[in-house]
Amino acid sequence: MKRHVLHPLWVAIGLVVLILVARQFLVPDDFGVHGDSFTYNFHRLGNEQEWKDFPVKYQGNESCAECHEENYKTNRRSPHKKIECENCHGPAGTGSNHPDEVERLPLNTSRALCLRCHADLGYPGTARAELPQIKDKQHKRRKDCIECHNPHDPREDVE
Amino acid sequence: MTCSRRAFLKEAMGGTLATVLPLSAFTVLTSEQARAAVADSKVRWAFLVDTTKCIGCGLCVTACKNENEIPFDAPVTRTWVERYVVTKDGETHADSPMGARDGFTDPAIREQEFDADDIAKAFFVPKLCNQCENPACVQVCPVGATYQTHDGVVLVDREWCIGCGYCIMACPYGVRFFHPEHKVADKCNFCYHRITKGLNPACVQACAFGARRIANLRDPDDPVTQTILSERVSVLKDEYGTKPHVFYLGLDANVR
Repeated sequence: MKRHVLHPLWVAIGLVVLILVARQFLVPDDFGVHGDSFTYNFHRLGNEQEWKDFPVKYQGNESCAECHEENYKTNRRSPHKKIECENCHGPAGTGSNHPDEVERLPLNTSRALCLRCHADLGYPGTARAELPQIKDKQHKRRKDCIECHNPHDPREDVE
Repeated sequence: MTCSRRAFLKEAMGGTLATVLPLSAFTVLTSEQARAAVADSKVRWAFLVDTTKCIGCGLCVTACKNENEIPFDAPVTRTWVERYVVTKDGETHADSPMGARDGFTDPAIREQEFDADDIAKAFFVPKLCNQCENPACVQVCPVGATYQTHDGVVLVDREWCIGCGYCIMACPYGVRFFHPEHKVADKCNFCYHRITKGLNPACVQACAFGARRIANLRDPDDPVTQTILSERVSVLKDEYGTKPHVFYLGLDANVR
């Protein structure tokens, strides 16, 4: 073959070899098709574990019961029993790490929080109608709900 | 043209090497990898949303943002709740301010008030990633940073993502967004860190009304799976062929 053909050919082959060698070093060992589909399962396997190790924040009602037995029991027998403690008290897990690092969780006692369920929107046919509803603009406008209603058991009045 | 035996063998050998050598760039699977690739997984995560139970409190959205470290005041979220008000004149009004992070406490939509007598129907629809069987977002990723796990969840590799945004545009459901802190694509993953530990996703746990539930479709004893298989459920944008795995009870035709 003539030299003007061979020279570019060697350059091209050299580039391919270079890319293949670089690929060996740059692509992680666990990168590949992990599954039966090249299209959907082509990934770095270690990333699955990284997501599994993501810290859990919301611990659930049962974890509160150990220390806060009284409030837990009051709440369990009230119409509010389905509401997670952490919906109002904030997540107890990593970051806030209650009670080890953070003694008090950022409790939300705002009127706006209660209104999320109890504001009367006037829509027919939604499940909202089954809950006690108030007209925000008419019912004790300047007061926080918890001044009168006990959030752990709303059937009880606050003394 | 003449061809000696020596020349022929030489050429043939060269030709064979030229074809075979590039093949070495492909991965050869070990028997274990091959078995793992074809083995059927015992888990296939799916989700059931009961729109008739949702009251639009948005506590799921708050919980999701806290659980998954999505900047609270940024206008991005992994899950959101849409409000639909269909008036008797046939108009559909919908909104989802900040993804309903603070719930719906005002009956007006974009400052438009409705007379109770004018409303034909109103409802709330929670949305989240559909963990599609044929995820369009995965197909378009140029670097293999997003993928489907063996249990059906689509994840994003934050180290590998280059933030090009193809997946964000490819998703027909608009569930993907650009994470303002990590500078990569982000999306709901059914709280993969929780479901793989046997916990419920944060939104499911936060919902006081049972409007959101998680299911393992490969477990016939799973009550939610039984509901999905026996009740009249529908999915969003079936016509796209993505085979979404978030099933809806009571889905209205106005929902897009």
